[in-house]
Amino acid sequence: FPGLADVSISQDIPVEGEITVPVGSNSPDEDYSTLDEPVKDTIMRDLKAVGKKFVHVMYPRKSSALLRDWDLWGPLVLCVALALMLQGGSADSKDDGGPQFAEVFVIIWFGAVVITLNSKLLGGTISFFQSLCVLGYCVMPLTVAMLVCRLVLLAGGGTMGAVRVPLLLLLHVFCVSTASTAFLADSQPPNRKALVVYPIFLFYFVISWMILTFTPQ
Amino acid sequence: MATADDLKFQEFDDAANLLAANPDATTISIDEPEIPKNQHSRLQEPGREEDDELLGTDDSDKTELLAGQKKSAPFWTFDYYQTFFDVDTYQVLDRIKGSVFPVPGKNFVRLYIRSNPDLYGPFWICATLVFTIAVSGNLSNFFIHLGKPTYHYVPEFRKVSIAATTIYAYAWLVPLALWGFLMWRNTKVMNIVSYSFLEIVCVYGYSLFIYIPTAILWIIPQKVVRWVLMVFSLCLSGSVLVMTFWPAVRDDNRRVAVATVAAILLLHALLAVGCLAYFFDAPELDIPAPIIPAHNGTTVVTKSH
Repeated sequence: FPGLADVSISQDIPVEGEITVPVGSNSPDEDYSTLDEPVKDTIMRDLKAVGKKFVHVMYPRKSSALLRDWDLWGPLVLCVALALMLQGGSADSKDDGGPQFAEVFVIIWFGAVVITLNSKLLGGTISFFQSLCVLGYCVMPLTVAMLVCRLVLLAGGGTMGAVRVPLLLLLHVFCVSTASTAFLADSQPPNRKALVVYPIFLFYFVISWMILTFTPQ
Repeated sequence: MATADDLKFQEFDDAANLLAANPDATTISIDEPEIPKNQHSRLQEPGREEDDELLGTDDSDKTELLAGQKKSAPFWTFDYYQTFFDVDTYQVLDRIKGSVFPVPGKNFVRLYIRSNPDLYGPFWICATLVFTIAVSGNLSNFFIHLGKPTYHYVPEFRKVSIAATTIYAYAWLVPLALWGFLMWRNTKVMNIVSYSFLEIVCVYGYSLFIYIPTAILWIIPQKVVRWVLMVFSLCLSGSVLVMTFWPAVRDDNRRVAVATVAAILLLHALLAVGCLAYFFDAPELDIPAPIIPAHNGTTVVTKSH
């Protein structure tokens, strides 16, 4: 650097100070050693995070809570619960029955992966697991509806056929809108929003259809 | 904006003038190797006027240039596949509109695809079609058998996987076979019009769109209505396919060309008829014989499956 050759520090100006590397981290739970705390604390913290996301799905606001601290516990629990509850609907012959556990599981996870890939290929900036997290958590209203249906059936109240149709229609719209607002929160290119939302619509339609056509043996 | 010809000569002139004025200036040359090749091939076919109509306007040359420069990422990177999803919402809607309302004489590929084939349309139209057929079939069977006392509703979820296999195999393997066949014929007879594999997949994917509303309307339990709908949708999507592939084979031996187009139409019709027959029960199911009870382990419906 030829320009700096003539810079010099005169000897009578004291140069002093401290050079320290800040040890504190940016976010409170990085570099936080979780090895020393009781196991209950670790589990409760994760459970609280999952619970917060559930609440956020029920009362959606325009915040990025679902996106920022993603986790896949909630989607796993919901998916397994939904697949188990759709289990008892197989008819006499295996060919005509409702979806088996593996089919529901594959549809939900493979569908979520495909939608994520689709959104990334169209130029979206959402990350892979964030997207899986959003799609998984937004299945919650449908899972709750399925639970209610099964409880009513257990209590002997009939299959609620007529009530299921408008209820599931409503919940389907709700799920799609929640997932889309979380998805589209400034992470998609502007001319392709409809292209990104349509597969989400199809995904929740298929899940609603599986719940709608559930008939117990 | 200037055409490809003007652009090339203008560049040359400007650079020469600027260099003459300022010999010491640094010069940057931008290589566009696609331009001379395309100009050369355009000059060779002045007589093919009718092909111009089918090939689209002059814009297709420029978009081909740009498209040729787009797909430069190696195939193992994510960016390579991103070039196949480079469509906006209005473009997808335009392509769907073009497949539903075929303009006689206009080629779907040249008019709408224009060297920007996308995989979004074929993939999601097939997915929608799979679920639409399965759901409509189930609903139609439900309504047909609704009043009968011995009817036990079954969701028939297995049919979804069968529908998925059939439709995705049709939409992806038939284009592969057709592309291979056209490439093979290209080595024997020099065709003016040739399509890339993705363009063929695009045409097939978008031509399947008309079956989505058709499948929904097939819920109506009238045989005549269903067959009228089928013939109508077959005509529309078949005409899109014929108008696309006829220019590609017409330079060939007459019999080969006719056989190819006939095979394309036959497969298309087979798909439609097969879906109607397998997923939708016939409406007049007035069989008075007792239906075998469900817990015997045999299927309830006695119509052929």
